[in-house]
Amino acid sequence: MSPRKIRLSTTPTQEALDDLQLGDIVYLDGLMYTGREGVYKRGLEEKANIPMELPRDSAANFHCSPAARINPDGSFEMGAVTATASFRFAKWLPEWMEKTGAKLIIGKGGMTSKDYKSYFVPNGAIYLSTVGYGTGALLGRGVEKVEAVHWNEELGLAQAMWVIRCNNMGPFIVASDKHGDCLFERENAKIAENLHRVYEGTRPATLKRYGETDDRSDEVI
Amino acid sequence: MIPIDIIQKTAETLMDKAAIEIPQDYLDGLQAAADVEDGDLSSFVLQAMLENYEAAKEDRRAMCGDTGTPRWYVKMGNETQIEGGPIALEAALRRATANATNGVPLRPNRVHPLWRTDHNNNVGIGAPEIEYGYEPGGEWIDLITVHKGGLFGTDYRMLFPSDGIEGIKRFYLDSLVAFGKRGLACQPAIIGIGLGGCKDTCMVLGKRAACLRTVGSENSDPKIAALEREFKEIGNSIGMGAMGFVGKSMVVDCNIEVGYCHTGGMQMSVHAFCLSSRRAVARVFADGRVEYRTDPDWFTDYQRRETVEWDAPAMEAAE
Repeated sequence: MSPRKIRLSTTPTQEALDDLQLGDIVYLDGLMYTGREGVYKRGLEEKANIPMELPRDSAANFHCSPAARINPDGSFEMGAVTATASFRFAKWLPEWMEKTGAKLIIGKGGMTSKDYKSYFVPNGAIYLSTVGYGTGALLGRGVEKVEAVHWNEELGLAQAMWVIRCNNMGPFIVASDKHGDCLFERENAKIAENLHRVYEGTRPATLKRYGETDDRSDEVI
Repeated sequence: MIPIDIIQKTAETLMDKAAIEIPQDYLDGLQAAADVEDGDLSSFVLQAMLENYEAAKEDRRAMCGDTGTPRWYVKMGNETQIEGGPIALEAALRRATANATNGVPLRPNRVHPLWRTDHNNNVGIGAPEIEYGYEPGGEWIDLITVHKGGLFGTDYRMLFPSDGIEGIKRFYLDSLVAFGKRGLACQPAIIGIGLGGCKDTCMVLGKRAACLRTVGSENSDPKIAALEREFKEIGNSIGMGAMGFVGKSMVVDCNIEVGYCHTGGMQMSVHAFCLSSRRAVARVFADGRVEYRTDPDWFTDYQRRETVEWDAPAMEAAE
């Protein structure tokens, strides 16, 4: 069975968001902005003015820095676009959502169902994962235009806030739903059922690591 | 004498090729994995990746937005001389890295670990890494660039002889499962395993096993080669595929390299060279000829030698 494919606006209606199911494939239209450590720190901890009208212009926050350059004439060259792992940003996201009204968080690897239930669901937000990982060239094709890059001087190219106009940009996979269920945790649970078989005949290390666990349903995030 | 301007120009071309063109051996390996994958979501992911490599080549854009941490492996024949010497060589490789970062473009990933200073060119303290190897005979230089992702999928552990193969398997599985969940390792990957050496060389061996050997290659020790095949099979029977979804494609190939270690220990490292297994190679000759390829051919008999002296077969290895 092949997954369902959906086109979605980066300023989506709540109805469209509520309709998304785990494993749906999504293609995006509209403005999105990148944000990772640098943007969150500057926007939240240093309380800099966010240089966009959010969420009016965009409700889609992409955990990404592109392979891109700023040309001497001020224009942009954007090649490939790939997400970075999102779990590292959990400490900033609740406040960010509150401040910006973000409805789509896009990145790599998703967050935990605890994150989804505690601040995604109350904000009506959904997590979209990139595919692969590394469909950077395909996502790059979905960039119609780089509208702006903010905070480049302060943060450098890799951490700057890039504003991208998407046209049928994808694929992305729906990794959380309106109930706060987590696609990756669902898959983990299915896989964990069989893990004991593949571990059969192996041997725990003689020298333990402090704090080590043998619980195979555990995760590293 | 190898002309320095040809080295820099070749290095720039290699940076571009590595970022954009997936090596054929990896592509064949992934296609084989896609052919047998039956998980719905895993299959979708692998098909998307195969389309992505095509898009990258057609558009001449980087295959992945995270263009890794570019580095260089340099190998020379024993008679090789470089115009300007080793200092000129390192300057040429640093220039090529900076120029290609702006040119392709690549993501300027390299920053200071504490101050997060970004020169926007992937050059800084200790970056790019440049590592060297030598072969007996010949006047040529191999330039190898590897753009490996840098955050997840690698681990090290001190095991002991009493841990045995069963202990090696346990740590191998632990590494695959830990970083395979949610696809943090960007699998299916070329898994490199380093066994022995000291802690640092164990890491180096494993990384080179992942990055400097091709899919389908085998260790020259038949018993290690058998272990490689067994480990590939084990990795693909975890029940996990791309992105950590239910599936059967975790390992495109498993490469093991060994080094002599302390008599009491059995150091082990595991490395995952991801869905964007980026490497490109060129040999530059003294007459200015350049031959491009994707097989680094790093682990020759000479590199794996175990005796004090090295004699006769050396001349063949250099050809």
